[in-house]
Amino acid sequence: MRDNPILRVTAKILFAPIIVFGLYVQFHGDYSPGGGFQAGVIIAAAFILHALIFGLEAGRRLVPGWVNLAMLAGGVIVYGGVGVAGMMLDGLFLDYNVLSYDASKGQHYGIILVEFGVGLTVTGVMLALFHAFAGFAEAHYKPSSGDKNGERGS
Amino acid sequence: MTLAQIIANLPALVVAIPLLLAPVAALLPFAGLTWALAVVGTGGALFCAVMLMGATAGGKSFSYALGSWPPPWGIEFVVDPVSAFTVLVMAALAFIATLFARTALLAEIAEADTGKAYSAWLLACGGLSGLVMTGDAFNLFVFLEISALSSVILIALGAGKDRRALIAGYNYLVIGAVGATFYVIGVGFIYAVTGSLNMADLAERIPQVPQTTVVMVGFGFMMAGLLVKAAIFPVHVWLPAAYAFAPSAVSALLAAIATKASLYVIARVMFGMFAGVPDLAGFAAEFILVPLALAGIFLGTILAIYENDIKKLLAFSSVAQIGYIALGFGLASTAGLAAGFIHIGNHALIKGGLFLAVGCYAVALGSRVNLGSMAGLGRRMPITTTAFLVCGLSLIGLPLTAGFISKLYLVRALLEADMIAVLLLVMASSALSVVYLWKIVEVLWQKADGEAAVTEQPALYLPLWIVAIANIWFGIAPAPLVDGAQRAAMYLAGGL
Repeated sequence: MRDNPILRVTAKILFAPIIVFGLYVQFHGDYSPGGGFQAGVIIAAAFILHALIFGLEAGRRLVPGWVNLAMLAGGVIVYGGVGVAGMMLDGLFLDYNVLSYDASKGQHYGIILVEFGVGLTVTGVMLALFHAFAGFAEAHYKPSSGDKNGERGS
Repeated sequence: MTLAQIIANLPALVVAIPLLLAPVAALLPFAGLTWALAVVGTGGALFCAVMLMGATAGGKSFSYALGSWPPPWGIEFVVDPVSAFTVLVMAALAFIATLFARTALLAEIAEADTGKAYSAWLLACGGLSGLVMTGDAFNLFVFLEISALSSVILIALGAGKDRRALIAGYNYLVIGAVGATFYVIGVGFIYAVTGSLNMADLAERIPQVPQTTVVMVGFGFMMAGLLVKAAIFPVHVWLPAAYAFAPSAVSALLAAIATKASLYVIARVMFGMFAGVPDLAGFAAEFILVPLALAGIFLGTILAIYENDIKKLLAFSSVAQIGYIALGFGLASTAGLAAGFIHIGNHALIKGGLFLAVGCYAVALGSRVNLGSMAGLGRRMPITTTAFLVCGLSLIGLPLTAGFISKLYLVRALLEADMIAVLLLVMASSALSVVYLWKIVEVLWQKADGEAAVTEQPALYLPLWIVAIANIWFGIAPAPLVDGAQRAAMYLAGGL
C-alpha cells in the first residue's frame, strides 16, 4: 500500500496527531472520560496504521519485538509497583492515600501511575496481537508475485 | 519492606507475589533464572498461606480492604478458616509442582519459551489463589479469567510434543469462556436486584429481595458456570484432553490445584452467598450436585478403565474424584462439607503425586506414556514407581494412606445423612478404581521387549517423593488436615 501516495501521505500526517490524542486521553483519565485502556488502543492504532501502510517489516523496525515485550510486562510491573509502594508506605495494597502527604494528592498520583501502567500494557498487547496475526498471514499466505515485504499488493 | 508491613498485607501478598513476578519472568533471559523466580513466587505465596493458616487458628476470620476502600464498596479479601485452608493446600502443591518443573518443563518445551511459560505458570498460581481469597463476586470473575487464560497458554505449550495440545487448549478456552460468561450473567442478575457485589453483603441482602425468581435465575447461571469450571459431570469434557496433552509439569500443577479452587467457590457461593435462601441452595445440592456427582464418579471410573493413555486415564479418574468432593458438598451438612474439604486436600496430594510420577516416566521415555510404552518400567525406575504405587494406593483408599481418610469421612457423612444407597454406590466405585490401577501396576512389572536403560533424576523424583510421603503422613496422622477441613466446614455451615 506504500505505493499509493494518498495513503502514504495521510498516514504520515495522521501518525503524530493520533499519538498526541492518545496521550490526551491517557492523562485525562483520572478525572474525565478516558484512561489507560482507551489511550493504549488509540496509541497502538497509530503504530498499526504505520505498519499497514509501510509494511510489517517497517513496523517491526519502529517497535522491535523486545520493546513490545518490555511494554507488555512493564505496564503490569508499574501497576503492581504502585500497589507495593502503598504497602511499603504502611498502607494496604493499592492504597493511594499514603503516596503523598495529602490523601487527595496521593489518589491523583496513584491513579495516574496506574493508568500509565494500563496504557503501556494495552499498547503492547494491541501491537503484539496485530503482529502475531499479521505475521502469521505473512508466513503462511505469501503472495507469489515479487512483493518483497509480503504484504498484499494495494 | 519490613516484617510488620509483610504481616499486615499477607492476604494481598499471597496473590500479589506470583501475579507481580509473572511479568518479570517474561522479561528474564535464562531458563534457570525464570525457574528460580517461579520458585521464589510460589514459595513466597506458600509462606504467606502458612502464616494465614496460623492467623485463622481457632476459627478467627478477618477482612483485607484492597486500596483501603472499606467493603462493601471496595474489593475485600476474606481470610477465614475456609479460604486459608484451601489456599494453603493449593500453595503447597503449586510450590512442589514448581520444583518439579525445572527439569520436566525443559524436556518438553523449547528453551526460548520457558520465560513466557513460567510467566503463565505464575499467573495461573496467582489467579487461582485470588479466586479463593476474594470476597467480591465480580472480582472473582476477574480471577476466574486470569487463571483460565493462563491455563490455556500452559496447556497449549504441550504442542511442541503433541499438536493435539492446541485443540485441547482451544476447547478449554471456549468452554471455559462459556462457563465464566454464565457466572458473570448470574452475577448481573443478582446485582440487578441487590445492588451489591460483596459476597458477605449479598448474603444479607439476598433473603430480603422480593423478586425471588430473579435470584433463582441468577443462582442458576452462577452455578452452571462454576460447574463447568470445576469440571463436574456432564460439563467436564474440557478436562481429559487438557490434562492429557499439556506438558507433564503443567498437568501436575493443574490437576493438583485448578479445579480445587472452583470447587471451593461452589461451596462459598452455595453456603456463603446464598446461605439466606436455604431452600434454593438445598435444592441445588440435593437434586443437582448429588446426582451429577454420582454420575461423574461412575462415568469417570469406567472411562478410566477403558483408557490406554496414562495421562488421560488419570484425568478421567480426576473427573471421578471431583465427584467425591462434589458429593460431600451436596450433602449440605457439616460432616459432608468437611468430607469435601478433606478430599480437596487429599486429592490434591494424590493426583498431584500421580501426575508427577507420570511426568518422571514421560521425561525418561521421551514419548507419551501409555500402557504399551510403560511396560517393565517398574524394574527400570524403581524409585519413581514406588512413589507412583503409594499415590495409587492412596487413590483407591487403602488404610494408612490419605485417600482412606477421605473415604472414611465421606462414608461417615453419608451414614449421618442416612443415604445408604449412595453409600453403596461410593463403595462400588471405589472397588472399580482398583481395576484401572491394577491395569497399570500389571504392566509396570511386565517384561518389556527392548529394555533400554533409563535414568532416574533426583530433581524429578524428589518432589514426587515429598508428595508420596505426604500421602502416607496424612494417612497415619491426618489431624492437621482433618482439623483444618472441619474448621472450614463448621465456619461455612454456620450459615446453613
